[in-house]
Amino acid sequence: MRKLLQQLGFVVVGITLPFLLVIYQANAQTQTTPVLAPTGSALSANPAQLPPLPYAYNALEPYIDAQTMQLHHDKHHATYVNNVNDALKDYPDLRTQSMESLLQNLDKLPEKIRTKFRNNGGGHLNHSMYWQIMSPQGGGAPTGQLAQEITKTFGSFDRFKQQFNQAGADRFGSGWVWLVRRGEKLEILSTPNQDTPLMEGIYPIMGNDVWEHAYYLKYQNRRSEYLSNWWNVVNWSEIARRYDQAKAS
Amino acid sequence: MAFTQPPLPFAKDALEPHGMKAETFDYHYGKHHAAYVTNLNNLTKDTELADKSLEDVIRMTFKDPAKMGVFNNAAQVWNHTFFWNCLSPTGGGAPTGELAAKIDAAFGSYEKFKEEFKNAAATQFGSGWAWLVEEAGTLKVVKTPNAENPLAHGQKALLTLDVWEHAYYIDFKNARPAFIDNFLEKLVNWDFVAQNLAA
Repeated sequence: MRKLLQQLGFVVVGITLPFLLVIYQANAQTQTTPVLAPTGSALSANPAQLPPLPYAYNALEPYIDAQTMQLHHDKHHATYVNNVNDALKDYPDLRTQSMESLLQNLDKLPEKIRTKFRNNGGGHLNHSMYWQIMSPQGGGAPTGQLAQEITKTFGSFDRFKQQFNQAGADRFGSGWVWLVRRGEKLEILSTPNQDTPLMEGIYPIMGNDVWEHAYYLKYQNRRSEYLSNWWNVVNWSEIARRYDQAKAS
Repeated sequence: MAFTQPPLPFAKDALEPHGMKAETFDYHYGKHHAAYVTNLNNLTKDTELADKSLEDVIRMTFKDPAKMGVFNNAAQVWNHTFFWNCLSPTGGGAPTGELAAKIDAAFGSYEKFKEEFKNAAATQFGSGWAWLVEEAGTLKVVKTPNAENPLAHGQKALLTLDVWEHAYYIDFKNARPAFIDNFLEKLVNWDFVAQNLAA
C-alpha cells in the first residue's frame, strides 16, 4: 500500500486537479484499505456521519461504564463528526474522497483546514473503529492465523497484551495505542492525540483509546487498570477481519 | 534533596461552591500531581539533576529526547503547583491596578483578553495548558501541549489553566468551555497573577 501511495504522490506532480480527483476516487475504491469495516467500505466524508453505537451504552459494563460510553459516543465522537463536516463545507471536491484517502494525504489538503481535519478526521476514523472492535461478547483470545502471528511476533498472547498495555500507559497526554502491520510484520505503536497510523500509510488492525475521556469517570488516574480490563471487551472476530484486510492490502 | 509536593493552598472542598468538587482535588492533587513528584524523584535519583532546582531541571531537559520523561514530570510538577495558586475560593472577577492596565494595553480590554484566553484554552487539542505570560515586557496568551510551559520557552508565566481532561472531567465532563468560563468568572486568583507580574 505504501508503495502505491508513493507512486500516487509521484503521479500527482504536474497534473490537473480534476484528473487528480479521479485518481483519488479510484484509489479510494480499489487501493485504499477501508478502516471501518463490517461492510468493508471506506468511511464517507460526504457528509461524515456518526455511526450508531453497535450495542447499548451499558453493554460493556462493568469494564466500561454506560455514562462514559454515552458521553464518548454522543458528545466526543459527535463533535469530531461535526467538525469534519465544518472543515470540508467549502470543499465539495474533497468530500467525494473517503476519510481514509484524506487522512493519508493530509499534505494535499488546503493549509487552512489541515490541522482541523487531521484532528477531527482522525477522531472520527479512530472512534468508528473503536466501537466496532469492542463487543459485549468480547474478550478471550484471538484464534487462527492472527493468534499464530501474535505468538510468533511477541512470544505469547500474554506478552503481546503486556507490551500493548505498556505502550498505552507510556503515551504521555492524549492518544492511542495500536497493533499495526508494517510490511510483513506486526508491530505495537502509539500516536498522540487523534493521529492515525494511516497518516503514514500503515493500516491499524486494532487500537485502544487512551484519552482520559475514555476512562476517567470509572478509572480516574488508573489508566493501567483500564488498559488491563479492556481486554474483556475486545471483539476478536472483528479484529481478525481487519487483520485479513491488513494482509490483503 | 528530593523534589516535594507543596500543600494545596486551599481546602480540597473549598471550591465546591464554585463548580469544582473535592473529589477532583483528591485525584488531581492527591494522585496526578503526587505521581509526577514521585516519578521525577525516581527518574532523577543519583543523577546530576537531583540537586538542581525544579526550574533548572525544566530548562535543562526541554527538547532533550533522552530526558523527555524527566522533562514531562518536572514540568507537570511545576505546572500543577502554579495552577493551584491560580485558583482561589474568593477568586474571579476582573484584575485591577497595574495588571489591569497591562492587560488593557496588550489586548485592548479585559473582555478581549478573556476571549483570547478562552479560545486558547478551548483549542488546545488533546492535553495541555492555556497561559497568560509576559515576554519582552508585553502580555500574551499562549497555549502549550502536554507538559510544556512558558518557562521552557523563556517566558514569564502569570496565569494558567489546566485543560487536560482530568482537570475537568469529574465536574464538567466533556464541556471544556463551561470549565473555562467557570474558571474566569469564579476562580482566578488575580492577586497571585499580580504578584507574578511584579516579581
